[in-house]
Amino acid sequence: MEKPLTQQIKYDGTWLTLKEYEQAGGYKALKKALKMKPAEITQIVMDSGLKGRGGAGFPTGKKWSTIDISGNAATIRYMVANADEMEPGSFKDRLLLEGNPHQLIEGIIIGAYAIQASFSYVFLRWAYHLAGKALTQSIQEAYDAGYLGKNIIGSGFSLDMSLHISVGRYMCGEETALLNALEGKRSNPRAKPPYPSNSGLFGKPTIVNNVETLSNVPHIINNGADWFIALSKTGEGGTKLYGASGRVKKPGLWELPLGISLRELLEEHAGGMADGYQFKGVLPGGGSTDFLLAEHLDVAMDYASVAKAGSRLGTGTIIVLDDKTCPVGMVHNLERFFAQESCGWCTPCREGLPWTAKILNALETGTGKAEDLNILEFHTHYMAPGNTFCALAPGAMEPLQSALKYFKADFEMHIHEHKCPWK
Amino acid sequence: MYYQMLTAKIMVMTEKILTSGDITEIETVFQHFPLKSAACIEGLKIIQKNHRWVSDNAVKELAELLEMSPAAIDSVATYYSLIFRRPVGRHVILVCDSVSCWIMGYEDILNHLKSRLKISYGETTTDDRFTLLSICCLGTCDHAPAIMIDNDLHRDLAPDKLDAILENYQ
Repeated sequence: MEKPLTQQIKYDGTWLTLKEYEQAGGYKALKKALKMKPAEITQIVMDSGLKGRGGAGFPTGKKWSTIDISGNAATIRYMVANADEMEPGSFKDRLLLEGNPHQLIEGIIIGAYAIQASFSYVFLRWAYHLAGKALTQSIQEAYDAGYLGKNIIGSGFSLDMSLHISVGRYMCGEETALLNALEGKRSNPRAKPPYPSNSGLFGKPTIVNNVETLSNVPHIINNGADWFIALSKTGEGGTKLYGASGRVKKPGLWELPLGISLRELLEEHAGGMADGYQFKGVLPGGGSTDFLLAEHLDVAMDYASVAKAGSRLGTGTIIVLDDKTCPVGMVHNLERFFAQESCGWCTPCREGLPWTAKILNALETGTGKAEDLNILEFHTHYMAPGNTFCALAPGAMEPLQSALKYFKADFEMHIHEHKCPWK
Repeated sequence: MYYQMLTAKIMVMTEKILTSGDITEIETVFQHFPLKSAACIEGLKIIQKNHRWVSDNAVKELAELLEMSPAAIDSVATYYSLIFRRPVGRHVILVCDSVSCWIMGYEDILNHLKSRLKISYGETTTDDRFTLLSICCLGTCDHAPAIMIDNDLHRDLAPDKLDAILENYQ
């Protein structure tokens, strides 16, 4: 089984130096890419089926193709790597950042060439200190070796790269909010359109891609679109970093063919449930995805199949709910998080999320009323996609709406017994 | 005339917070951005790195430097959870309270820290040693529960492991 993203990673707390990365075939893809036309690279990435690994799953090549690269060569464009991994329950980009930063840097340079960007940023969350060190050192190495800066390895293409270390707020992961943060502002989302590919950072055409997405790019250039598609189990293209947390025997992170079943992930890789715990449900791709149940365990963990089952692949890091953990308490924890992390820019999110968190707290402390369930239900429609500025509130409603659907009896027990039955 | 004298007097009386070193560091950051105001977050980070927190006067001085209003700076400073607008202790403890750590029992970790240090979230011990804050998902969910003290990640925690860890932070 091929593991292009992680096969070089040493898992000893150190990352591949430039020399080690080159010895393992690193920067070959860049040399190849710089001899191609930018549009050819975008086409290969489009043909590979690579989709955004940050959670939204938008086709990467299609995103790049929205940048107009014709016309004035002096036009400033930006390439931004989103390394602001803050989705609750997600810990996949950390491995790539700490273990193989040059793979990401090479991916950024190739992406920047494809969209003809002259400047690139890595937007890193503050808490990833080791990743910060790894990137600082690796960006410098790339400059010293001529992979960054003016006239990269004699190709005539020039690119600068700068590391931005953020100072908190989940909102920064939303791409337009991230651009505001990079401009030194509050990370409120921007209205779309215009999309960042027309008017992004400092009003210039900009592409924002996730770390795992960009780390795939050198491998696609080296091995081709067909190879990438063949890596996946269900034809969506590539491997995926899958993770598991909660009361499982072996919580962890694994690079596996995209489209393995939820059961394989849970039972073979995570070792099944920890002793004394039964499976009750799972968030398949981070805190802002809908619950799935035991009946969904044979669902393939790819974009289309998880969507068909009523949830989202999201970040591919599953959070397991066991029988000794209260589902209402779990949703309360999530809604309190989303309420806290709302930027306050639009009313449904700013007012609605604290309201849901308050009701869930009432249920947990035994003061919930029968009509509370209707109010929670109302909010899942009130904050549905299209009613808010960005995806934070609709994402926040995903675990709530599915919990109301699948664990309704548990909600009702909190009301009838005037307490949390798990406490 | 009187106003000018008064402001001159105030200027003399108020000791500047930002050192020339701070200012040089902040000015270096300008170069990376097409606009001075884009260095706002970086400026706040530099002030906090060198002074542990960002005081009202520091906000005013940064505003002058970046040609922004103090209110605009403060709207950014108070928005970001890791910019401290109140004094913090020598060590800042960040407790992950997100979902995986919640499932794995972070509340026991928090309760132990609260009773051991006799402080709640947002408070600092009387000896100025620790400040206790929450943080959202630290991205190490396969090793939950986790906390961060200063720049160090501590994972796979249990309440009985905490006292020995705290000893390393004097």
